[in-house]
Amino acid sequence: MSDDEELELIEILEMPLDAWHRARGARMVEFAGYHMPIQYEGIMAEHSWTRENAGLFDVSHMGQLMLTGDGAAEALEALVPGDISALQEGRMRYSLLLAENGGVLDDLMVTAAPMGLYVVVNGAVKWDDMGYLREHLPDEITINHMDDRALLALQGPKAVDALLRVVPGVDALYFMDAGSFFWGPKTDPEPLWISRSGYTGEDGFEISVPATHAQKLAEELCAQPEVKPIGLGARDSLRLEAGLPLYGHDMNPEVDPVEGNAAFAVSKRRRAEGGFNGAERILKALAEGPSRKLVGFTVDGKIPVREGASIYSKNEQVGMITSGGFAPSVGAPIAMGYVASAHIAVGTALEAEVRGKRVALTVAAMPFVPHHYHRRGKSI
Amino acid sequence: MSRYYTEDHEWIDVDGETATVGITDYAQSQLGDIVFAEVPATGATLKKGGDAAVVESVKAASDVYAPVSGVVTEGNDALEGDPALVNSDPEGEGWFFKLTLSDTSELDTLMDAAAYKAFVDGL
Repeated sequence: MSDDEELELIEILEMPLDAWHRARGARMVEFAGYHMPIQYEGIMAEHSWTRENAGLFDVSHMGQLMLTGDGAAEALEALVPGDISALQEGRMRYSLLLAENGGVLDDLMVTAAPMGLYVVVNGAVKWDDMGYLREHLPDEITINHMDDRALLALQGPKAVDALLRVVPGVDALYFMDAGSFFWGPKTDPEPLWISRSGYTGEDGFEISVPATHAQKLAEELCAQPEVKPIGLGARDSLRLEAGLPLYGHDMNPEVDPVEGNAAFAVSKRRRAEGGFNGAERILKALAEGPSRKLVGFTVDGKIPVREGASIYSKNEQVGMITSGGFAPSVGAPIAMGYVASAHIAVGTALEAEVRGKRVALTVAAMPFVPHHYHRRGKSI
Repeated sequence: MSRYYTEDHEWIDVDGETATVGITDYAQSQLGDIVFAEVPATGATLKKGGDAAVVESVKAASDVYAPVSGVVTEGNDALEGDPALVNSDPEGEGWFFKLTLSDTSELDTLMDAAAYKAFVDGL
């Protein structure tokens, strides 16, 4: 085999729903090593549809891992700053995979499932994550990469109405709950693992389904009048408005959780006890404040300010934009970026440089569009 | 009046030494929803193939190149208030700028409608 042929083999992979996306008119792009749909009818229309109805996202590129073995939660706690051992079955938590120096290797969701810890990691770094976990977790902990499963997200205020018709009982879940549900004929039902969570700021669900059944489920969901398939483009604009970071852009191994505006992910007990990678650096940043921090920005005027733009206070460069673009629900450009701690207060006036010109920015509270989660104890 | 096209998906309507430039329907469909357009200032001197304007969709910024050399006589101010004109009428109301040609022989290197259609069909 020549080198060229070898390269072809590790080239872009297809997700289980590839043909289905193309048949529905998706424009496909390469992302995280997969062909993925960036848009169907258009990013603005898909974005608004999700905010008002329900959007179906194929996020099968993400890594679905199951950690099993006695003491899996305690072992994982050496690598993440969350209180994993306190997670009750059917509850999930946002956390961060930490390098030995406290830098963020990935952000992830950890759920206490009946079998073990169900962990969902970013597609772009899932192979690195698995290698890191295998290297740093004790041998008794088994890491099962569930690559025979697809992951679908149904997001939006009407997601619960649509999903309830297809999968009875899902309305029992509150935000950050998860559980197993049966789908299909009573004589031969298929178990699905479903959580009430997502990446849009809206109410919604994430559904882990065997890859062999993903197309049938996607078709049943899209047959509901509230549901349209939504591409990666709107996924990005929705999460940006929701103030949610995109790993590899808004977080990377150079930053710690406090700098990355994720101090909330460092659980109370872990703050008191330490015992996780980078604890010294992270606890110091919590106590003294970080030297720089990820913040949100509103943008004056209409020029989108995008990743890589330098941020200035007068003539001094004080930071860098890590995500930015036009926000359809805001009707204006918004951005996120890192700035030195002297400039992180909400309301601080700064400037970004776009094509040699200065564009006025203001540090803004996030989210830019309010979250609409179905929280426990809150009636809707 | 003759209409020419470039491989960068610009169109150019030529009437004597005056020309109007925009991006093609194929280009706008590839870019998606346009949220911002920046047109050159009147009096700006453009060189064939150089940066002339900027068009930004939700997801990215793209350059619009000068299909021919010349001096800008007018930018389309309507795009500032309504950049979506580039989506709704790319080869009409969504034009970017007008210029006076400095070398009409540069037009010889451009495509006509049939050649551009064949070019796009081959993409």
